[in-house]
Amino acid sequence: MDKAAKILKKPFTMTLIAIFFGFLVAGIILAAAGYPTFHSLSVLLQGVFSGPKHISNVIIKSTPLILTGIGVAFAFQTGLFNIGAEGQFIMGCVAATTVGIVCDFPPVIQIPLVLAAGVLAGAVFGGMVGFLKAKFGIHEVLTSIMFNWIALYFSNFISDLKRFHKPDTMGTYAINKSGYTMILGSWKTTKEGKEVLVNNEFLRDTLLKTDVNAGILAAVVLAILVSFLLYKTTKGFELRAVGANRFAAESTGIDVNKNILHAMIISGGICGLAAAFYITGNSPHGIATLAAFENTGFNALGVCLIAASSPIGCIFAGLLFGGLLYGGQSLQYEVGAPSEIINIVIGVVVFFVALTHIIPPLVDRFSKGGKNHAK
Amino acid sequence: MLSSITLFIGITLMYSTPLAFAALGGVVSERSGVTNLGIEGMMTIGAFTGATVGYFTGSAWGGFLAAGAAGGMIALLHAFASITCRADQTISGIAINLIGPGVALFICRILFDGATMTVPVTNKIPKLFGSAGGSGALKNLNVDVTVVVALALAVLLRVFLYKTKWGFHIRAVGEHPAAADTMGIHVYRIRYLCVIVSGILAGFGGASMTLAIIPQFTPTAISGQGFIALAAVIFGKWTPHGAYGACLLFGAAQALTVILGGGSFQVPSEILAMLPYVITIIILILFVGRSAAPKASGQPYEKGAR
Repeated sequence: MDKAAKILKKPFTMTLIAIFFGFLVAGIILAAAGYPTFHSLSVLLQGVFSGPKHISNVIIKSTPLILTGIGVAFAFQTGLFNIGAEGQFIMGCVAATTVGIVCDFPPVIQIPLVLAAGVLAGAVFGGMVGFLKAKFGIHEVLTSIMFNWIALYFSNFISDLKRFHKPDTMGTYAINKSGYTMILGSWKTTKEGKEVLVNNEFLRDTLLKTDVNAGILAAVVLAILVSFLLYKTTKGFELRAVGANRFAAESTGIDVNKNILHAMIISGGICGLAAAFYITGNSPHGIATLAAFENTGFNALGVCLIAASSPIGCIFAGLLFGGLLYGGQSLQYEVGAPSEIINIVIGVVVFFVALTHIIPPLVDRFSKGGKNHAK
Repeated sequence: MLSSITLFIGITLMYSTPLAFAALGGVVSERSGVTNLGIEGMMTIGAFTGATVGYFTGSAWGGFLAAGAAGGMIALLHAFASITCRADQTISGIAINLIGPGVALFICRILFDGATMTVPVTNKIPKLFGSAGGSGALKNLNVDVTVVVALALAVLLRVFLYKTKWGFHIRAVGEHPAAADTMGIHVYRIRYLCVIVSGILAGFGGASMTLAIIPQFTPTAISGQGFIALAAVIFGKWTPHGAYGACLLFGAAQALTVILGGGSFQVPSEILAMLPYVITIIILILFVGRSAAPKASGQPYEKGAR
């Protein structure tokens, strides 16, 4: 009994319980709407797991969510709610696109340059929120919301500029090919590359049919780096101390305002990096005119929450989110059920994540069987 | 000249009204100590329900009330999580923002043959001076009745929160729930009511978009207004008059954008569109500065905890 209780109390178990409830509620809703529940759910899973091609598509869809999720999680650890991830992501896209179009160096220089542009733009945008909070005490949620809109319109402004706008389209030109970050992107198009790929079923499905990009590798490396920074360094301790209790942190001599600023700069920078990988790794390699928010940043909030703000956890939560988004398409295509059921699943999962902390006391009550009540 | 002034006022009021409903709801919830980050989701549900019921019944006010009920229902989820289960209110609010649009579009596709927008309603919310409207400069002021409702609500809420016993109870619960509890105030009951009212008002806000300003629900009918309402709550320092004022400011900045855009100024429309948000940040830096939320806002209350 104790062992079971211990397992139940693990954060990972609780997340699984939340995910289970997410699917349960989705199943009930699908049944209520008259769709075959089990068939729908199996189509959803098949859409994700049937074959390497689908798996690599899921990874492609998940990568920006994972990276942005890590960015949001970083701010969360410092007690800051980075609802501005959306705007930082948009600005990262804008910077990566403009630099990628204007500059044309060999890939060794071009790729780092484009990525750096994205990071810088995100960091500046995040940093401004941190600065306004640290210097003037303006609520970060308030400024973030304003900056999101500014980013949206700025992106549209750039997308409409003659220098960048591709005639007869809704967006900009693609960045120069030297900035692409697809894995083996240029080798794939050579004759010998094609030959190797066509003869190997797995490689053909993953590399030739889809464009896996280096973003996922960066996401894994970054998750490890960020975990190290947060949990193994003095700076990380300071950041988390500010998040846990800013007054206690202040009284031990930690500069709270400086740490708020740093946290927002780094968080924004990571969101910008996510954007740069998105632009360099995914067709059409440019920005499009936005009619509304595309929600990468807002979805990343969900990723971060499902992962309980753990950078490593963001990898799995991001894959779950991306997988559902991808599987939802085949659900709509094959069963005809609205793909919006996916947003409901994710929303319910996040909702139950919010509730999971009531599980440990419940487990305690059941495992003690009431005999310790007299204590 | 007079007509462009009335045009400015008319557009200001039009833009600010959906925000004002939602922001006033946010104030009620936050003053009772529950952060409501889910306004966006609640507004979307309201916008969809309002337009749908308005279309099927042919009654705009019926749709409007149904929108409030729908908003209140989804707010009940948030209330259950954050009050009874003492869950993290930020997380629960984000969940509402994911669930709200999801549910709205899911049902919309089922009811309207796979379309993500509803069929336009035939009867919109009436205009202040009737459908004939005035003439000349006055015509620009022929705003929707919801504009007046929102304004009246702001005044009423201000009186309610600061001049009545019930308002005092709400504020007490938001500042120091334990003290309020010892006074015999039902902390949970008040918080539940306030969160539900917040949802109802957010629903009204959504419906005042899809029943008055545009005649139907679309996926982008509510795109960010809930967050701006949330910003208005903070901007207005958690007071009804402040939040309403902040909404008017957003509306005025939007109106400025529209009027400048129509003029002979050679400014790209995107730069103009940024204006409201830039103005807001400048005003925040210059005049508003530090803001403090109600003390217990965002913190679950556990009876008997120290």
